[in-house]
Amino acid sequence: MSLDNAKILEKDQLEGFLEGLLKDNIVFGPTSKGDLLLFDRVESANGISLGRGNTMNSAKDVLFPQTERLFAYRHGEAGVEIDGPSAVKKGFILFGVRPCDARGLILLDKVFGEPLQDPYYGEKRARTVIISMACETPDPKCFCLAIGGGPCSAEGSDLLFLDLGDQYLVKAGSPKGMDLLKNTVFKKANKEVLARADVVEKEAEESMNQAGMGRVGIGETIEKRLEALFNDPIWDDITESCLGCGICTYLCPTCHCFDILDEAGQSAGERIRIWDSCQFPLFTHQASGVNPRPSVKERFRQRIMHKLCYLPQNGNLPGCVGCGRCVTECPVNLDIREVIQKISAREAE
Amino acid sequence: MSPEVHWMSQLSNEIREAARGLLRDGKAQVIIGFEKGSLSLRGRPCFIRNEKDVERLVWNGFCETNVARYLPKRKGKMAIVAKGCDSRALVELIKENQVTRDQLFIIGVPCEGMIDRHRVEAEMGHDAIIEAEEREESLILRTRDSEKILDRKEYLYENCKACTHPIPVIYDVLIGKPNLQSAQKDFSDVETFGDLSPEERWAYLVQEAGKCIRCYACRNACPMCYCPECFVDISKPQWVGKSTELSDTIVFHLLRAFHLAGRCVACGACEQACPMGVDIRKLNRKLEKDVADLFNHEAGCSLDEVAPLATYRVDDPDSFMVEP
Repeated sequence: MSLDNAKILEKDQLEGFLEGLLKDNIVFGPTSKGDLLLFDRVESANGISLGRGNTMNSAKDVLFPQTERLFAYRHGEAGVEIDGPSAVKKGFILFGVRPCDARGLILLDKVFGEPLQDPYYGEKRARTVIISMACETPDPKCFCLAIGGGPCSAEGSDLLFLDLGDQYLVKAGSPKGMDLLKNTVFKKANKEVLARADVVEKEAEESMNQAGMGRVGIGETIEKRLEALFNDPIWDDITESCLGCGICTYLCPTCHCFDILDEAGQSAGERIRIWDSCQFPLFTHQASGVNPRPSVKERFRQRIMHKLCYLPQNGNLPGCVGCGRCVTECPVNLDIREVIQKISAREAE
Repeated sequence: MSPEVHWMSQLSNEIREAARGLLRDGKAQVIIGFEKGSLSLRGRPCFIRNEKDVERLVWNGFCETNVARYLPKRKGKMAIVAKGCDSRALVELIKENQVTRDQLFIIGVPCEGMIDRHRVEAEMGHDAIIEAEEREESLILRTRDSEKILDRKEYLYENCKACTHPIPVIYDVLIGKPNLQSAQKDFSDVETFGDLSPEERWAYLVQEAGKCIRCYACRNACPMCYCPECFVDISKPQWVGKSTELSDTIVFHLLRAFHLAGRCVACGACEQACPMGVDIRKLNRKLEKDVADLFNHEAGCSLDEVAPLATYRVDDPDSFMVEP
């Protein structure tokens, strides 16, 4: 960290900073809805809830919504009329994103951007700024460190806010972020502040390790282990309690499988893209009636294989950023960290 | 101090004792019960096949899964640790030929209600809960820098608060407190909702369906949702739209509720599994009341009583046909 890419924001200036963003942009952030903390659109600075936990859904939902209209069509007087995506020009600010979720977007950028750019994702992504909030006190469910991220990492963020008590240290994680730091609301940092920030960061990482939640043993060898164990009976044991619902995939900040459907009416209709889930029976149900993944065992295994074997093999990040949503929200607490440990232990036998 | 309080560790021990005997005597090939979860506020279902694994079995306020859900089409002899609601699901599953009574050894446990983890998390400001200690009357929660003591009864699932059958309705052995008080049957919530104008009721259902992310955890956690192919998964032709638009989500919830009419055992597994806090039971409660009013029937209470929607009687109410 250097004084070139880090500045200070006094906490009492935060509201003004947010109001400034709200004037010209569409802002999304953590917001309380009933008992839930959701990542959703906010209309005012005080609509943002900056607690310590993470939101139930992730920032992924903004760039890759669960249901997205690709186009609508109708038979008009002049033939078939096509209505493309609505032309929103305002910028998107994703505020209060956690470092794990920001890292998840690096993976999505690659999935939707290489070698061909997905226009629907890309158009939104190009006008998006990611302003993250570091996790000074990581949750027991979290394991970002184990999988290559970090609770205070600016990777994937344009700006990262680190809570230092009465002020934030604001770090730029990208050229876009460097530009944003020119805003006069940010004040110059000094070495003493950077030293304080270092302490906070180290404490955050240490607290993850001390609680045994930081390192769950995800090494480079996990890919090979998974390949070797594809037909191992261990999957019967691992998946026996799995309900086969889609919570793990739908709350995941990196899961990105989708389906495209035509919702056709008499003379008009639309083509929509919706999330799909490898946990669902229809996911691989073939037209012949055969399903190569007939039970939760094969489906759950696919989820783990895709995340920790196939994606890294294809040169991407692992499809897991350690956010812990699937750990806490799985109705039967089927914990991916324990799955990884079981896989690792099996190989060692 | 152990997070497990005395009466609960005693219950856990009794469950283990029963399980050990059943496995030793070959009366069950598997014990389906609960073990400690990987996080505070969590327990989870487990499948025990060896005596050496019996120690994993526990009982506490986080055993929310309706484990009857694992039974349909399962072969062989098994024992199941059943709460009141689990036992009611067993009754229905036996009647619907999904499992036979002689396959089952039921270890009944009177249930004092399960703790609503989402409400507790909200109460703690979504701050990391490092430790949760459950006592008979209270719940002690620790975050990194604070401790809160909550009234256990207050933080039970709403569904558990209204439970009319905390004591299993069928069992082979009953452990724990056989004299638990149950709530009185009370449909005032349905009546209050029914008193609202159609617009208000519709607005509420729209609001709730709007939270749904179509993960189907409600369906998959439900012990009575065991169709080999659910109507939402039929694709040739497609029955229900798959988007999160209101017309699609609400059809899913309405149809599912109707399919459970007279069969829903009021366990609340659907709502407990739901990550988005959808008031799924609103529709089920209404149908529960209708079935009670029209047929004087409560699902999952008797092995002999025929399900009202699976039979026909000449004196069945038919006012909907003759009255405008």
